[in-house]
Amino acid sequence: MISADLNIILPEIVLAVFALLGLLAAVYTNKDGAAGVLVWLTAALMVLLAGWVAMSGDGSTNIAFHGMFIDDGFARFAKVAILLSAAAVLVMSKSYMSLRGLLRFEYPMLVALAVVGMMMMVSAGDLMALYMGLELQSLALYVVASLRRDSVKSTEAGLKYFVLGALSSGLLLYGASLVYGYAGTTLFAGIITTAQTGGASLGLLFGLVFLISGLAFKVSAVPFHMWTPDVYEGAPTPIAAFFATAPKMAAMALFARVMHDAFGQIVSDWSQIVALLSLLSMFLGGVAAIGQTNIKRLMAFSSIAHMGYALMGLAAGTAFGVQAMLVYMAIYVTMNLGTFAFILLMQKDGAPITDITSLHMYVKAAPGRALAMLVLLFSLAGVPPMLGFFGKFYVLRAAYDAGMTWLAVAGVIASVIGAYYYLRIVFYMYFGEERSESLDNQNGGVLTVVLMASALIMVVGVANMFGVESMAAAAAASLVN
Amino acid sequence: MIGLEHYLTVAATLFVIGIFGLFLNRKNVIILLMSIELMLLAVNINLVAFSSFLGDLTGQVFTLFVLTVAAAEAAIGLAILVCFFRNRGSIAVEDVNVMKG
Repeated sequence: MISADLNIILPEIVLAVFALLGLLAAVYTNKDGAAGVLVWLTAALMVLLAGWVAMSGDGSTNIAFHGMFIDDGFARFAKVAILLSAAAVLVMSKSYMSLRGLLRFEYPMLVALAVVGMMMMVSAGDLMALYMGLELQSLALYVVASLRRDSVKSTEAGLKYFVLGALSSGLLLYGASLVYGYAGTTLFAGIITTAQTGGASLGLLFGLVFLISGLAFKVSAVPFHMWTPDVYEGAPTPIAAFFATAPKMAAMALFARVMHDAFGQIVSDWSQIVALLSLLSMFLGGVAAIGQTNIKRLMAFSSIAHMGYALMGLAAGTAFGVQAMLVYMAIYVTMNLGTFAFILLMQKDGAPITDITSLHMYVKAAPGRALAMLVLLFSLAGVPPMLGFFGKFYVLRAAYDAGMTWLAVAGVIASVIGAYYYLRIVFYMYFGEERSESLDNQNGGVLTVVLMASALIMVVGVANMFGVESMAAAAAASLVN
Repeated sequence: MIGLEHYLTVAATLFVIGIFGLFLNRKNVIILLMSIELMLLAVNINLVAFSSFLGDLTGQVFTLFVLTVAAAEAAIGLAILVCFFRNRGSIAVEDVNVMKG
């Protein structure tokens, strides 16, 4: 019995044991000297695990520990995306971190532990499992945000993230306690039967609202987004890249999991709240980014806006909505990896530059990279025929099909507003002023590969999205039934 | 007779005090950590009260998990605070303002 359970969570166990052994091994050998090897090892293990998770299961649903841990198609889809994006970020960050003396052996291990937490989150079948996964992820992320411990900005980012993250955990936990009290169980399967038979009591609805606020903090949806720009700006750039990809995917998947697995019978009660979060995020993300000159802050507001679109799919409350959300998140993660690879390449005399005015006439310095960034920015703005357009199209259709025409219309308006600040960067790169000094044109290695690959996917993926569409459909069908 | 609602009222009061402590406090980051702890303990009262009145042990198990995580959270919070103090020379809340969010 227990061995069958352990078999189901074997990928998580492997990664957790690897992280602990890695910490021990590095402490007893040459400490930070081993960090470079550990980064590669962790990334390789994550890719292997992603392959393993993708191959296992055959679309079946396995339940471990009396419903606490659910390994279904939905969880596997999210886990593959999380593992692959975390591996990509690790590989991208190696040269940046070692140049600036940040390549400590704790870094890959903390990322690995955060990923274990995310894998727990997306598979949670119980409020306790949800909380433990979320905290494992959050505690590791607080530490990586302040990894550059001799910098005021980085430690301030860590402090802000910690305080607001702990507040959101508190809200979520208060909601969980109310849900437990009024449903009589912490199992999602039990909560859904209570909601089905007895309807939603007032206490359960209060708990639901608190749970949604806590989760909205984690996906940085407006009005719970205040931490995002500061954390992105203060944290070292590769870590901001990590924050923008894997944790967002995990939090969004967790959001969908809780809403559909535990409250799937009272869709109308939560879809209005989620629709409101989505609407506010899209507009605030679009409008507030206009005034930003720091590209990391700009990407923070961009990610807030993108979370708004992904929430639109969730707000639809249908299987197609979840599918649209998964497709959107997969495209979003790929685009952001490429964009952050570009940001990591922005250097002058070896020092990182984050001001977008430094990109004036970048096309003369590096035409290939400027073109790749142009494709990515068009895709982020949702300009056809890039893949980003199809992501937006999917969620808009999901909202429209669910009868939320007003939300879909608002989404189109917000995306037009948002296009301004993406296209402004394109304008600087191609039609900006001539500058005597320009950014370094060093050989980016892995970064250039990630940038080009991501841009290529945005163009080539239009053909069939590499099958992500049908995988997302299968994943959504396993969650919503 | 003390009923479930009394416990829930106490917990809700403590929780709200914790939230107000986070937002109204302008002095010291340590007070933020205390407020966070207060919120988590309010949740624990909720969980134990529900657990006792439902006759179900799950809530108490949950409480033990919350206590453990709260300890880890406080440790990490203090560690980050020490790093911040070394760089900034102050732990006043109004000095956490290098970046305008």
